Amino acid sequence: MAKRIELNVDGKTQTIDADPEMPLLYALRDDLGMSNPRFGCGLAQCGSCTVLLDGQPVRSCVTPVDSVGSSKITTLNGIGTAEKPHKVQAAFIEEQVPQCGYCLNGWVMTSVALLDKTPHPTDAQIREALSGIKCRCGTHVSILRAVKRAAQA
Amino acid sequence: MNIAINRRHLLAGAGALVVSITLPGVKARAAAAGLDSRLPLKPEQLATYISVNQDGSAVGWIGKVDMGQGTEIGWVKMIAEELDLDPARVTIVQGHTDVTINQGGAAGSTGIWKGGAAMRNAAAEARRVLVEMASEKLGVPVEQLAVNNGVITDKNDANKKVSYGELIGGRHFDVQLEWNKVIGSDLNVKGKAKPKSPSEYKIVGKPGTRRRDVPPKVLGTIEYMVDVKVPGMLHGRMIRPAVAGAVPTAVDEASLKDIPGAKVVWQKGFIGVVAPKEWDAIRAAEKLKVTWSDAKPPFPGNAGLYDYIRKASIVKRDDDVNVGNIEAGFANAAKVVEATYEWPFQSHAPMAPACGVADVRDGEATVWSGTQKPHYGQEGIAKMLDLPVEKVKVVSMSGPGSYGRNDGDDAAMDAAVLSKAVGKPVRVQGMRYEGHGWDPKAPASIHVSRAAIDKDGKVTAWHFDTKAFSKRDFLNNAGVPEHTLAGQLMDLPLKPVHLFGPPDESYNFASMRKTGATVPPLLDRASPLRTAHMRDPGGPQTHFAVESFMDEVALATNTDPVEFRLRYLKEPRDIAVIKAAAEKAGWKPRVGPRKEAKGDVFVGQGIAYAARQGTRVAIVADIEVNKATGKVWARRYTVAHDCGQIVAPDLLRQVIEGNIVQSTSRALWEEVMFDQKNVTSVDWKTYPILDMTEAPEAIDIILIDHPEIAPTGAGEAASRPTAGALANAIFDATGIRLRRAPFTPDRLKAGMA
Repeated sequence: MAKRIELNVDGKTQTIDADPEMPLLYALRDDLGMSNPRFGCGLAQCGSCTVLLDGQPVRSCVTPVDSVGSSKITTLNGIGTAEKPHKVQAAFIEEQVPQCGYCLNGWVMTSVALLDKTPHPTDAQIREALSGIKCRCGTHVSILRAVKRAAQA
Repeated sequence: MNIAINRRHLLAGAGALVVSITLPGVKARAAAAGLDSRLPLKPEQLATYISVNQDGSAVGWIGKVDMGQGTEIGWVKMIAEELDLDPARVTIVQGHTDVTINQGGAAGSTGIWKGGAAMRNAAAEARRVLVEMASEKLGVPVEQLAVNNGVITDKNDANKKVSYGELIGGRHFDVQLEWNKVIGSDLNVKGKAKPKSPSEYKIVGKPGTRRRDVPPKVLGTIEYMVDVKVPGMLHGRMIRPAVAGAVPTAVDEASLKDIPGAKVVWQKGFIGVVAPKEWDAIRAAEKLKVTWSDAKPPFPGNAGLYDYIRKASIVKRDDDVNVGNIEAGFANAAKVVEATYEWPFQSHAPMAPACGVADVRDGEATVWSGTQKPHYGQEGIAKMLDLPVEKVKVVSMSGPGSYGRNDGDDAAMDAAVLSKAVGKPVRVQGMRYEGHGWDPKAPASIHVSRAAIDKDGKVTAWHFDTKAFSKRDFLNNAGVPEHTLAGQLMDLPLKPVHLFGPPDESYNFASMRKTGATVPPLLDRASPLRTAHMRDPGGPQTHFAVESFMDEVALATNTDPVEFRLRYLKEPRDIAVIKAAAEKAGWKPRVGPRKEAKGDVFVGQGIAYAARQGTRVAIVADIEVNKATGKVWARRYTVAHDCGQIVAPDLLRQVIEGNIVQSTSRALWEEVMFDQKNVTSVDWKTYPILDMTEAPEAIDIILIDHPEIAPTGAGEAASRPTAGALANAIFDATGIRLRRAPFTPDRLKAGMA
């Protein structure tokens, strides 16, 4: 049942043996030992598991690991470092956005994709792009401030 | 990252108290070599709370937990202020049962209010002792010494100086404090030193200290509860019945034969599976064939909820406030106003279902938990596993948000039971349906409010009566295993607590009574509708009712809602928050709804106020109601907030914002749905919360600082008035008085039809 699968994660090619139907999330967390993305719902309803596949945000909790193919997987940890954070990360830090922070993969990765496509979004465009992502701590207003800050960076 | 924690070896070899913690989490804690060198934790010992490293930096050891609201920085500021140290040189270790004393964990917004107060006193005493040591060492009288960033200098001779690190770095204080003999949130200690007067503050009350958990969260480098990995760990999943109250009667283990290493753990009503791979544990939980007992469907379904409460027998009555003679007021009334308000069950609905990791072997247990209260978790787990409490350690880890007693403690206990059964470390995480469907709930309630008005339009009597489910089927901590799901599934005797509580405000009517009654739970054991504390327990419900009613009485007496409130409030701080919010929001005085239409929407404005154990908040909501969809948009809030002394104004603003957005979500959307068998709102589609497209455009916050008044809590108070402000704004916009929460589009549309 298990199949040898090659994954390109944050610029590194890695190989795992896994059930091809298993969601990518578990491959990243359990087989590759990464600490994010995170499980939130397993239903593509919250965004906590978001990664970029060739620059597009996807919910790794419902993406079969075998369907990824040679696409480049980018995680929250792969877009920036403490010394050189991505501009969206820098803005989220500057605005001190997170409370529990568990949901951040969804907000940050989706904002990265949004700003790639639409460098200067309107308030309505930001809200629309981020619609559906959940935050339980209620940091929405800070998130809007941060995305606007990142767009000006 | 593997955390190679061996219970006995982790701390071995740690010599001096060298602490280099920069963030909460196991990795950082493991690096904090000092753990083994902690003295036995005694509440009356200064060393329990404060230590100084060799480099002169300081550590505050606190038995409370910051759940992500930045409380940590509040403690840093309070300690740094008293020690005269740069805040960057103060670190906090929190919520680890081995190294911190039980200060109650995260509880009732007491982090700064009570925990901070104890730490402030301890830090002040530490500074006093250090200055005394310096005086001896330098041969300079205490009065002639000045402290600047941990360096003590002779005011007359700058060359005579000594640093905290040189005086005590790496060694323990041996100083006795006066302890109030209380463990938990109310623990307090005092030394001989008097903490600084607010006029001397350089750090407390000033903005600027940044949270330390933010960069690692945003960069994806922090370790959450879910990231804890212990060598040899199995993955577990629990199995819950389709009909609440059913228990397994037969289990077909052969149904798992195709799943490598999958095993069943079945003890009485408790049933779970473990497997070496997480995905296999998930598949095993889905595949396992379980026969369940034929439980009678226990619930009335949503439609029957309020009828049930009305008709239910009363378990306990409370007469909380009784001032003057309300009977006389009602007997002589020219007019009586009465209204009934209803609030549904609500779910913590954490961002992720809870996770716990337990390693129970050789008569010892280490448990990693997203709990708010690790010390109580330690006690409960020790009782459940029949281990001496000192053989159990609980490490509190950052979880997926926590605003009270969510499912965190249940997951920790599940992990402990599974690990003991299989003799290996086990990590258990819930599936989404458990996060929504099986977490403890905030109670549903009915509130009847009556006011007597005399011939001059004066309110002479007010009676506020609640009939509700107890807000504590489960205690606010897991110190006893019968107050966990696993404990109840293992048939431990039930010990419910019957309590709801009155509103907290200072309306000053000539006579007043606040009464309450609790009704029996719908299912008394292992219920998916069992109640427990959720952010501001009882607060959003009661204050929705009180504040809606104040507007109704204002209308009945032809009075503007702001003017009405000011007429009956005497406490200057209450009056101040209302005036500040109304003025900043540009309050438009009115009697009755204005029903102002602007294109597709009605616009309206509403006010509400509440107090919470010394903190007071007034909120003006400016909203839009879409005529076609019935959707309410809380477009702009103006909030005036007074929690006494402000410690960290910038963080306080964000705590208030979070409260406002979360309570907006609860007021507009949140309702636990259930049929006769079980909870049916089991994900984000069936339990919607506020979406980014509905987030406020602005939350204007006015912070009223009283440096001279000891700080009270800010973690929950602003959650209180939101629903009332929204209901009152909806009335202003549409003329519809909504007396049942949440204010969903369907309800608005029905009202506008």
